[in-house]
Amino acid sequence: MHSTIMDTQEEGSVDRITIVPLGDRALIIDWGGGIERDTHEQIRTFCVKLEHAAIAGIIELIPSYTTITVVYDPMELCDPATGAHCYRRDGQILYSPFELLKGIMEGMLGSLASTVKSTTVDLANATTSITVTDAVNNAANIVDIPVCYGEAFGPDLLEVAEHTGLSPQEVIELHCGQSYLVYMVGFAPGFPYLGGMDERIAVPRRSSPRTAITPGSVGIGGSQTGIYPLATPGGWQLIGRTPCQLFRPDHQEPSLLKMGDIVRFYPIEPEQFAEWKEDEQ
Amino acid sequence: MSLTIVKPGLLTTVQDLGRYGYQQQGVIVSGAMDTFALRAANILVGNATDAAALEITLRGPAIRFGVDALIAICGGVLSPTINGEAVALWRPVLVRTGEVLEFGECRSGARAYLAVAGGIDVPMVLQSRSTYLRAGIGGHEGRALRAGDVLSIGAASNLAVCYMKERQAALQAVPFLAATWFIGYTAQPAYRYEPVIRYVRGREFAKFTTESREELVHRRFRISPQSDRMGYRLEGGALRLEAPVELLSEAVSFGTIQVPPDGNPIVLMADRQTVGGYPKIAQVASVDLPVLAQMKPGERIRFTEISLEEAQQLYISAQLSLLQLATSVQLYMKTGGPR
Repeated sequence: MHSTIMDTQEEGSVDRITIVPLGDRALIIDWGGGIERDTHEQIRTFCVKLEHAAIAGIIELIPSYTTITVVYDPMELCDPATGAHCYRRDGQILYSPFELLKGIMEGMLGSLASTVKSTTVDLANATTSITVTDAVNNAANIVDIPVCYGEAFGPDLLEVAEHTGLSPQEVIELHCGQSYLVYMVGFAPGFPYLGGMDERIAVPRRSSPRTAITPGSVGIGGSQTGIYPLATPGGWQLIGRTPCQLFRPDHQEPSLLKMGDIVRFYPIEPEQFAEWKEDEQ
Repeated sequence: MSLTIVKPGLLTTVQDLGRYGYQQQGVIVSGAMDTFALRAANILVGNATDAAALEITLRGPAIRFGVDALIAICGGVLSPTINGEAVALWRPVLVRTGEVLEFGECRSGARAYLAVAGGIDVPMVLQSRSTYLRAGIGGHEGRALRAGDVLSIGAASNLAVCYMKERQAALQAVPFLAATWFIGYTAQPAYRYEPVIRYVRGREFAKFTTESREELVHRRFRISPQSDRMGYRLEGGALRLEAPVELLSEAVSFGTIQVPPDGNPIVLMADRQTVGGYPKIAQVASVDLPVLAQMKPGERIRFTEISLEEAQQLYISAQLSLLQLATSVQLYMKTGGPR
């Protein structure tokens, strides 16, 4: 079975995974390499797996393009009475909480694709209580986002058109013509890092960033596009604005978009923007 | 059953231990900068350690008590007074209805934590009462307190109720009644002038020049005026990479020391963004974050390196000490103090 997985994976694609500390209460599982869809899929799958495993001591997971950061409480990985679980009664060190959790992660990564580098930690002791559902539902959630392009909604649309040698309408068509993958959410609550923009509408960031961007603004920065959920400072060129709320603190899932979602933009008129109601989505 | 803000002070916010579980949706953690002082203050009024309290920054507020209340003030020495008389820190204090708690000069530290028995009763937003200023959520209406704000107090624990009842008669004769016992220096983090902050190596530590790595431990760094709840900018010597690196954004945490291209390190604090793309030279040991949280702009710190294993051991010891402290305080509250 292992060899089958090896055959279907690129040589070394899991082998390169490393686990390093981020201080004394978090660790980073790093897939290495650049922004790749394959890495993203593995990260997404492993996040689901970790959530299902519900390992004591893990507080939360923060996935990014190439990493998952696992935030944990070292106390939970120790004997609560003495804090000594990582140390034997005779004072000999067994594992630090980091090493213990690293071992658990390596074990789980091993079952993800079997080719993780051998470990220095005795996994037999570390992973006994963990059961993992391998059936991970990776079906993508498609989110269509209305955008009112240009004029006051997108003050930089003309500049983007000029820079790219396209007409404003062509910029809008190219921006709406792609399906974008949400690689991660961060920077601001609900801010999606989107991949897949047409390189023909790539433009450099503004030389001096705006101090406060209107929430819902859709921008282009380099070959990335994104939506500003809050009135944050920002240096991207603004081409439009969505009436959708990207960050909804009263929802159980406050971010409209999540890692792995597919985003598609479609143009709307200013009248539709004005009349937009959240429940129409 | 309430507190009225007469004067807001420089930056007074409702904070608890932070909003965890939503970082993957870009929601920052927030919470108290000095989590030790917040926990200690809560313990001293019989609250759960994660109850919401007020974080008071540099110049404190004036607060009128609409009810007899059991309070504790821990952390920075911001010279609190009631009716012109100094209120001692790190102990339970009963305050009579109608009295006004005021703050004066900031003598040491930067942030005081005012816990009230029952906790500050603001609505939970995404499982926390912490104020997230930029998003305008949590705390009191998602913002810093203003004059005229009225804060509700939650239900006090049995321990606190008993403690208050026993002293109710005595309290009617005086504006406030402070316990004679308190959390001593030895049980507190090493708050001091020019502290040495312990760190473990960051992910990109080895990518910095030998000189820069040495400077990190040999220099004194000054907390720049552009420092806030989000991060402390440090001045005192630019740190350089061996060669430029392009990093993809990934998660950062409380105490991450990142170095932007200008070379001046930034220590990320309670209101940090969830992800960052600058190289991480080091990570402040969790046990020293309260010490750092009490530093103010213009003050100096030094760094020293410890192993990850040591940092985790220190963290666990500190947690165990806090549990012991809670047990002692509960005993003192029941018995009236050490006999």
